[in-house]
Amino acid sequence: MNFPWLTTLIVVPLLGAALTALVPRGLELAAKRLALFIAVITAIIALVAAVAFVAEGQPEQFVEQYEWVGSLGVFYAVGANGVSLSLIVLTAVVTPIVLLAMWREAEAERRNPKPFFALVLLLEAMIIGTFAAQDVLLFYVLFEAMLVPMYFLIGLYGGPQRRYAAVKFLLYNLLGGLIMLAAVIGLYVQSVDAGQPSFLLADLVALDVPVDIQRWLFLGFMFAFAIKAPLWPFHTWLPDAAAESTPANAAYLSGVMDKVGTFGMIALVLPLFPDATREFAPVVVVLAVISIVYGALLAVGQTDMKRLIAYTSISHFGFIVLGIFALTSQGVAGSTLYMVNHGLSTVALFVIVGFLIVRRGSRLVADYGGVAQPAPILAGSLLFAGLSGLALPGLATFVSEFLVLVGTYSRYRAAGVVATVGIILAALYILLFYQRTMTGPAREATRDFPDLRRREILVVAPLVALLLAVGFFPKPLLDVIDDGVRPTLVEVGVSDPEPITPTAEGSE
Amino acid sequence: MNAPTIEYGELLPMLIVFGAAIIGVLIEAFVPRPPRHLLQVGLALVALIAAFVAVIWLAGTSLVGAAGSVAIDGPALFLQGAILVLAAISVLFFAERRLEGGGDAFAPSASALPGGAAERTLVTAGVLQTEVYPLTMFAIGGMLLFPAANDLLTLFVALEVLSLPLYLLAGMARRRRLLSQEAALKYFLLGAFSSAFFLFGAALIYGFAGSVQLSDIDVALGTRVGQEGLLLAGVGLIAVGLLFKVSAAPFHSWTPDVYQGAPTPVTGFMAACTKVAAFGAMLRIFYVSFGAVSSDWQPMFWAVAVLTMMVGVVVALTQTDVKRMLAYSSIAHAGFILTGMVAADEIGTASVLFYLVVYGFTTVGAFAVITLVRGPAGEATHLAKWAGLGKRSPLVAATFALFLLAFAGIPLTSGFVGKLVVFSAAIDAGAVLLVIVGVVASAIAAFFYIRVIVLMFFTEPAPDGPTVAVPSLWTTVGIGLGVAATIILGIVPGPMLELAQQAATFVR
Repeated sequence: MNFPWLTTLIVVPLLGAALTALVPRGLELAAKRLALFIAVITAIIALVAAVAFVAEGQPEQFVEQYEWVGSLGVFYAVGANGVSLSLIVLTAVVTPIVLLAMWREAEAERRNPKPFFALVLLLEAMIIGTFAAQDVLLFYVLFEAMLVPMYFLIGLYGGPQRRYAAVKFLLYNLLGGLIMLAAVIGLYVQSVDAGQPSFLLADLVALDVPVDIQRWLFLGFMFAFAIKAPLWPFHTWLPDAAAESTPANAAYLSGVMDKVGTFGMIALVLPLFPDATREFAPVVVVLAVISIVYGALLAVGQTDMKRLIAYTSISHFGFIVLGIFALTSQGVAGSTLYMVNHGLSTVALFVIVGFLIVRRGSRLVADYGGVAQPAPILAGSLLFAGLSGLALPGLATFVSEFLVLVGTYSRYRAAGVVATVGIILAALYILLFYQRTMTGPAREATRDFPDLRRREILVVAPLVALLLAVGFFPKPLLDVIDDGVRPTLVEVGVSDPEPITPTAEGSE
Repeated sequence: MNAPTIEYGELLPMLIVFGAAIIGVLIEAFVPRPPRHLLQVGLALVALIAAFVAVIWLAGTSLVGAAGSVAIDGPALFLQGAILVLAAISVLFFAERRLEGGGDAFAPSASALPGGAAERTLVTAGVLQTEVYPLTMFAIGGMLLFPAANDLLTLFVALEVLSLPLYLLAGMARRRRLLSQEAALKYFLLGAFSSAFFLFGAALIYGFAGSVQLSDIDVALGTRVGQEGLLLAGVGLIAVGLLFKVSAAPFHSWTPDVYQGAPTPVTGFMAACTKVAAFGAMLRIFYVSFGAVSSDWQPMFWAVAVLTMMVGVVVALTQTDVKRMLAYSSIAHAGFILTGMVAADEIGTASVLFYLVVYGFTTVGAFAVITLVRGPAGEATHLAKWAGLGKRSPLVAATFALFLLAFAGIPLTSGFVGKLVVFSAAIDAGAVLLVIVGVVASAIAAFFYIRVIVLMFFTEPAPDGPTVAVPSLWTTVGIGLGVAATIILGIVPGPMLELAQQAATFVR
């Protein structure tokens, strides 16, 4: 089947963004409805594409390739494997949820909602484009260009410190991106020297880049992805950006957009620089473990709810990076699944916290207490999202966290052991947070908290359903991801360590 | 003695422009004042378009003509075309008469004492002068000759022909005349200095090679051994003269003052076209004459490029005036272009040619936007006045933001492709460190471009803020062309890149 699924998934939200922006002033409701409609359509297309992908059964599909800048060897080349497809579907499914969560928030702050809806659709097109890109320059262009809409989303709709947060977000990511640009060019020059100038991922993977050059290029790419992902010590922009954004935007930022960083590690860094990857993997693993523990510890101590969730994200990104650089098939597959699950659970946490903030007008944990009494559904969904964040068995994140730990333990035993501390801390930060805000006697300010409204339930319900579904039956998703991961690991030239069984240990 | 043959056909673009300039002088002398404006603008535009058509007709020519003094080849024609288009857009901005309440950007009589009685009489009488048009045409003629000149004397003549009218034009601002006259004097004095350096360098080279023809100098490099001191001193002095014109550090100190003081349309014209012409001349002289000793001058350009980028971006951080900020930004861009020039091969030439076009369009557009933002005392160039512009007039602010993003090199704008090609050329030639300085400088530069966007979109407008004047068709068309070029060269740079690559061979 030759339907251009990926181009459709890029063009539809792009057109939607343009149309939404063109809706005349005074018809804000129409603009919002239009944007939501487009986002839902995109989600449906993505789901249909996923079904078509699974039905076909090939590991690489939906390939399209057109020359873009012939003289430089730049192509509009897209394609999907299990990894990118699951992230594309995540993006497409989360976008309408985020839009719905933002439905009335802009008006409450007397801001024009239209740009928000148009920019999110634009961002969706760019994010899907990066996941689908099979050309390094196409990836880079979208990777950098998506900073602009996100910058405006933070700067136009955020809290009191939004200007600072937006500029910090942009400068951090731009610096990372520019360093990566030098590495992209360096890689391209390798292909020029080989006689065939090309930015195509497949061509560049086929190059035989000397190890000493690989090291520099690896560092250039990883610098950008470690900022985006964000990995300790490049993470400091995320708490500010997430805390100052509106909850819906914070959800989109850390739930979806930051996945581009970890996706870049799997899709670009591993296959492009296999030797350097094997060399640097222990270093990255250490940074990832620090991220896990550091993020979790700081989350325990946060007083601001949005910062708290941001720090949990840093901890979770640590798990994702850990799984990737464990370089085992369970690790990488677990990380990919983790990206999807983290997307769902973080979006859920952020939007529910957003509902809390709308009711009380405060971001501080201390201003809440006993909300469970007047608003049981709200409290229940927060608990559910929180439990999925702390990887309760039966919920989606458990499967992925387990796979990451198993995958890591078989290669880096110490890292695997330390990372489990993150699980304990996760229970601490989530349950303390729940206890302080939801349980106990209702306070004066929270006594008349209205429970979730119909729109809000509509936002939370699909997330809850997906978290449950993936938690109980991850197999179809994992199969697709596995097919995508395996060629990458072959490219890196690693095979899984032999499972350690008592007999094997005895015979050594 | 035989009269030298003159290739009139190949020199047609220059002949048309110089002819139009002379007719413009005659119009000033003999035509009554009222119809002059339309006549002069019409003449200038027709001549520029005719010359551009002639350039297209000449495409593919490669010869040395006019008794060896002019080379008509790929780079010369490419740059002449670029200068003609950019100059035509600039003339559109010169012709604007709606913004100043019926006046234009120029003083009614440049010789009248600023603030004196004579000036007041002229202003109240609504006298408008049109001598800027022939002056501009002479400058354009010089600029066309500059990148085509094939001996050092013709280069010097072209340099003077393009500079003298610019010195005058810089002093003709209608508002803040003292600042404008100061700018003109400063430009003239420092320009005279740099011309002297150039001339002295030319004399030394003549002493070394026994000829002023660029190709003869190249031949002499191989035969004259033991006189390298003379050669290197000459190369250095010529470089000073040319680096002054492109405003590279440490010869940049005139740039901010002149850019700020000159009438804004002139600033845009100067910033774009002078840079194109001067880089063209620099490319030719260093590639054709001194190409064989490139290892001698490359370190100098390395140092100058690093210094220029760093001075440009670091000092720009502290600017509070939009025009001064763009002046320092133009210094930084000279550094980026030098990065491509250091490559000293055809890839380098092509990248510089492309960058010049990209930079030229963005620059003329950006300065034209500045003319629109006005307070009671003319243009409101202080940055604080630009606060909240995005709320008052979203379209103007968005246009300026687009130009700033292009300057910053954000993907999907032309500036990104420009940076990509110059950095590729530099890495290909082994200048990796230079490119790393380049990307760091780009990151710093992004900060001050972004700051203006923050100011325009994320701050509340001041109550006494400037108004955005509605321009006439002239300026609208001009800015529209700048926007179109910035977007088109960002998204489909292929044709222009190929043109630059085809045009990158110098005739010897």
